[in-house]
Amino acid sequence: MDLFEHQGKEFFAGYGMPVSDGEAVFSVDEAVAAAERLGTPVMVKAQVHAGGRGKAGGVKFAADLDAVREHAGNIFGLDIKGHVVERIWVEKASDIAEEYYASFTLDRAAKKHLGMLSKEGGIEIETVAEENPDAIAKVWVDPVDGLTEEACRAWVAAANLPAAAVEGSVEILQKLYTAYTEGDADMVEINPLILTPEGTVHVLDAKVTLDGNSEFRHPEYAQYDKTQPRDEREQSAHDKGLQYVGLDGSVGVIANGAGLAMSTVDVVNQVGGKSANFLDIGGGANADVMAGALEVINNDPAVKAIFINIFGGITRGEEVANGIIEAMARVEIDSPIVIRLDGTNADQGRAILEPNLSDKLMMEPTMLEAARRAVELAS
Amino acid sequence: MSIFVNENTKVIYQGLTGSQGSYYGRLNAEYGTQVVAGTHPKKAGADVDGVPIYANVADAVGATGATASCIFVPAPGVKGAVMEAAEGGVEFIVAITEGVPAQDEAYFFNDLARNYPDVQLLGPNCPGIISPGKCNIGITAGHIAKAGGPVGIVSRSGTLTYQALYELKQKDIGVTTCVGIGGDPVPGTSFIDCLEAFEADPETLAVMMIGEIGGSAEEEAAEFIRDHMSKPVASYIAGVTAPPGKKMGHAGAIVSGGKGTAAAKMEALEAAGVLVGNNPTEAGELMAGIVASL
Repeated sequence: MDLFEHQGKEFFAGYGMPVSDGEAVFSVDEAVAAAERLGTPVMVKAQVHAGGRGKAGGVKFAADLDAVREHAGNIFGLDIKGHVVERIWVEKASDIAEEYYASFTLDRAAKKHLGMLSKEGGIEIETVAEENPDAIAKVWVDPVDGLTEEACRAWVAAANLPAAAVEGSVEILQKLYTAYTEGDADMVEINPLILTPEGTVHVLDAKVTLDGNSEFRHPEYAQYDKTQPRDEREQSAHDKGLQYVGLDGSVGVIANGAGLAMSTVDVVNQVGGKSANFLDIGGGANADVMAGALEVINNDPAVKAIFINIFGGITRGEEVANGIIEAMARVEIDSPIVIRLDGTNADQGRAILEPNLSDKLMMEPTMLEAARRAVELAS
Repeated sequence: MSIFVNENTKVIYQGLTGSQGSYYGRLNAEYGTQVVAGTHPKKAGADVDGVPIYANVADAVGATGATASCIFVPAPGVKGAVMEAAEGGVEFIVAITEGVPAQDEAYFFNDLARNYPDVQLLGPNCPGIISPGKCNIGITAGHIAKAGGPVGIVSRSGTLTYQALYELKQKDIGVTTCVGIGGDPVPGTSFIDCLEAFEADPETLAVMMIGEIGGSAEEEAAEFIRDHMSKPVASYIAGVTAPPGKKMGHAGAIVSGGKGTAAAKMEALEAAGVLVGNNPTEAGELMAGIVASL
């Protein structure tokens, strides 16, 4: 779950990190009013779940209210890497002496937390990693130990931050680690972390990805969940509790299990088609779940054929077959459906489907043949 | 032979009194697994289908001599359950539960590695382990697997594991052990742990490995296969067409920053001499070819 910059700053502030005062706004007038309350100069910043906002013209300095009005007018509606700006963060401008980079994420290979710190802030870390890898100081943290002050100091020293920035950075980085672990983030990033001419260290940007699995112990996640960018299809699937990812093809895909669903999307591609989505209905393919899945797929105007790929493990074939027939009775489906049913009690399941087969409901014996048929019907 | 478990493995079910635990506990027992105990902090003395419930894993181990534990408790309780199992004295822990926070997984993985280095954790978010005809711990449907050998299976995905077992059974190929390591970012047991065990197991003559996008576990496995394996490996990687930045169902299945793509994984495996199929069926056929030539 990705947070907007302003949500990330709120998240960081909750762990005692220094961020700038600001307001999230949704119109030009609100932006001007917010700037008036905050006092100019301010920064006018597009809030989208994408990097490269500055380059796209989504981050502007405004010396006075007229400039706020002009920049907000330009930024609202701006398309940044496919994300249209609908909200802006207006915050008090800061004087910058130096810009750094800091982040924590899980190093899956090392199975430890990885902290990265660099004097080369303000630009994308991938660029630094490529052009000047020595400029990134890394620290691996064992979750059982946590980030000790000693380890944090050694890390800051390795990054060669100037003496003026050391104390402030050590304090912020320890809080950043706490926010990352206790806040259940997959990733936290500050770019830039700045040193002001007055010698204080300050958080100027925030990129936070939270772990959806941890929602049960973070009631505050609910507000962030509401602002996730989802297209209409994804929102509808999300409301039904389905694992759905929208894609841009014409074959609607329903499968049980994440691996099989991914594999189904791949196979559709291999036989010359394109999937409209990834949809995992999980282990229990009952009528309710199947009806919900078919409804989501059916509402996607791009879908021209539907491929239901079920491998019964514990899920039994006859239950799946009954579920599909019951779901089809509940939801009027526009596109033809191709089913591949295999695994436990597949024979019984196929026997149930057999009398219901038509040019709207077809069955194929294997995954590949079913994919070919679905692609043919979609083109 | 089988890896990690065998017909003598006695298993405790943490969460046996719950709906999932009791359902799969019963199926596992029917398969022939030695389901010797369940645990529940407040239900000691009760039983589920005649299987006694103890207050905790230590008590259950003391009373039954169990060496393995299977966890079905809800996600918020998994961290505590894993550590309770290790402290209680089991050697092999299978955590089936999905939706466990990544921070918890990173914590108990390292806690186990440091304080209980002899304990092997499988999962979380995995289908479990089956040694066909001997022992089935978890949610795999036992009858889709043919007992015997010569193939060992290791997989990051549940349904694709079933698919692999089923395709081999259709071709009348037996399986020594099938390990579902799960699709989470910090799996307790890695591909390499399984490959190493299969390499050492005299009855396993070939290995089928099923991976998916995200992370670098397949690349690391490829390196291990190249340097340390004499037995042939066939493989399949799911997620060739997955768009970057989108989690494909599993918490670990995401292509980020251009890393973890299926193409890179397939390339690494092929370079290590692995036969890589473009879909599960093709991988099954490649394995059939390997078995025929053994």
